[in-house]
Amino acid sequence: MMADGNGSKNILEAVQVRKEFGGLIAVNDVDFVIPRGSIVSLIGPNGAGKTTFFNILTGVYKPTAGGVIFEGTTISGLPPHKVTALGMARTFQNIRLFHNMTAIENVLVAMHSRLKGGVWSSILGLPRLKREEDGAHERASELLAFSGLPGKEEAYAKNLSYGDQRRLEVARALATEPHLLLLDEPTAGMNPEETANFTTFVAKLRAEQDISVLLIEHDMRVVMGISDRVTVLDYGEKIAEGEPKEVQHDERVIEAYLGTAATG
Amino acid sequence: MSDRASPQAPKAPSKGGSTISSWRASYRRYRRDHKWLGWGIPLAAVVLAFSYPWWGLEGPLSFIFNDGLGIDNDTLFIMSIYVMLALGLNVVVGYAGLLDLGYVAFFALGAYTLGWFGSGLFSQRDVHFLDTNAARLPGIHLSFWVVVLLAGAICAFAGILIGWPTLRLRGDYLAIVTLGFGEIIPDVFRNGDDVGGHNLTNGVRGVTQLDRPGFGQSISDATGGILPVRYTSLELRPWYFTVLAMMLITVFVNLRLRDSKMGRAWIAVREDEIAASAMGVPLMRTKLWAYAIGAVFGGFAGAIYGSFINGIFPTSFSFQISVIVLVMVIVGGMGNIWGVIAGAMLISWLNFRGLDKIGERIGSLPGVSDDFSIAKYKFGIFGALLVLMMLFRPEGLIPSTRRRAEFAEGEGQATLYDARA
Repeated sequence: MMADGNGSKNILEAVQVRKEFGGLIAVNDVDFVIPRGSIVSLIGPNGAGKTTFFNILTGVYKPTAGGVIFEGTTISGLPPHKVTALGMARTFQNIRLFHNMTAIENVLVAMHSRLKGGVWSSILGLPRLKREEDGAHERASELLAFSGLPGKEEAYAKNLSYGDQRRLEVARALATEPHLLLLDEPTAGMNPEETANFTTFVAKLRAEQDISVLLIEHDMRVVMGISDRVTVLDYGEKIAEGEPKEVQHDERVIEAYLGTAATG
Repeated sequence: MSDRASPQAPKAPSKGGSTISSWRASYRRYRRDHKWLGWGIPLAAVVLAFSYPWWGLEGPLSFIFNDGLGIDNDTLFIMSIYVMLALGLNVVVGYAGLLDLGYVAFFALGAYTLGWFGSGLFSQRDVHFLDTNAARLPGIHLSFWVVVLLAGAICAFAGILIGWPTLRLRGDYLAIVTLGFGEIIPDVFRNGDDVGGHNLTNGVRGVTQLDRPGFGQSISDATGGILPVRYTSLELRPWYFTVLAMMLITVFVNLRLRDSKMGRAWIAVREDEIAASAMGVPLMRTKLWAYAIGAVFGGFAGAIYGSFINGIFPTSFSFQISVIVLVMVIVGGMGNIWGVIAGAMLISWLNFRGLDKIGERIGSLPGVSDDFSIAKYKFGIFGALLVLMMLFRPEGLIPSTRRRAEFAEGEGQATLYDARA
């Protein structure tokens, strides 16, 4: 479906990214691309460095060496909020919602970099600001409905069911108006039905909103079902990359990861 | 935002629920069905506050409020000052969740701003701008209203200066560093009487003979004398009305910010810094705003307080004040404006008059020595109050719905997330 990335076609390129924590090499000179409009999965056994790599892409960590280029801008070293403003959004492996805020407030917070209103106009209550806020509330409601949370605006995040909390994380990420969405184990803890719904939802996102997706996932049905490309990390190194079918039959991958998963 | 009726509100009180919670539920239902209460209650409170001199100080209820509770002009003024301080600190602690133990620094800086720009401290200079003193005094004398604004601006600047390095720290570390700044700043004023040969603060002797607010002859004449030419130490009502007006501005700004983009960002940062930052909230900027806005109100309060007391001394700005203001915010209900106001009024009344009054009552009982003084045990009483609050009502007197939800955590509604974590 997607031709292999040739420069400008890639929304994100990571070049020789390396991250060391003391003596531990968490990510070892990884080259990585996400073609525009594709769904790419990052898989690997526990401790392979997937989340560390994620955190480098989103600006939580600064890489020890190498660089990340997102839509033509070098983002390695930028703080997370600037990366978000450029159009990259993420969810968290262990849900990190604002638990004591309502669903709609969670979504509104994520619009921070898109809203112009400042402190002064808020204090003065300028009409321009009121229009912007009304518009933001409306869009937030729409996003909640789109993400499968219609009518849950005023529910506190922590009172939502687990599946709904996952959906709210995605709605919140979408509110930042991303071009690239990074999902860190989004189906962890979901039952098979919820997982299937979520897979359809991600496919719909790509189709309707023109968003590229990077997925960290353990559920192989999800990975094999929706990914255009799969990258496999093991001990911080990229050991395979390609279409799901190819990766599935790669010997090193079977050895490192899928072998045990397939028989277990 | 936080006061909006939540979806849980209409739920019938659960079996065995206390009478209070069923009252609360019916009150919420009533509030929901009578929208005008949203502005009606605050308006009534404002009217009551402004008319207090006619019904509380004198008139029908004075035997309770003035005589019984001892809320006279001085106490009223101090209570209002503390409400302002508590509301300022509420932005920092209640909204943004930054534990600031050195808030008194901004109160002091505001007062000293008046010392610099509204007294004879720099007596070699002769700068005057719309000041309302009877004679042309030596020194720098700007209009009091200009000085108040300057105090706000200087405190905001100081807030950013102090916040820039310190707000990178979290939790306990931030508390300790702000505690340090709260101690350093009065010390700077104490030793500021010889900075390279210049006397900037008059040291321990403090600054006295400060300018008073006033509107000048022409405005006073134009309003038929309603706005006084110059406030005096004999007629205290204008002071009270002025500080009340400043307090209302503080409330208004608190309200507006709570429901703004910045208010949401503050709460998000308080809840989870990493998630907030990943959602596009710039952490430093957001925290600096909270710190600076809190500082501005500390500065406003400091300037008018200094003028009212007519003397600024380094010893007036002790760590005690930081703690008492923090206690007001916590006892009242962090993050809830009405709770913070109630907490500030209660604690400042107890601190300045209430305990004395209670002591007098106890002292007049038969069999109790006349010189029994409950005020001596002030800090013991506040400590006990705080411990009792934490045990029985940790969310504060009037908590925000958000805080109430927060403290209800762990009462049988652990989410799957908590179980996994």
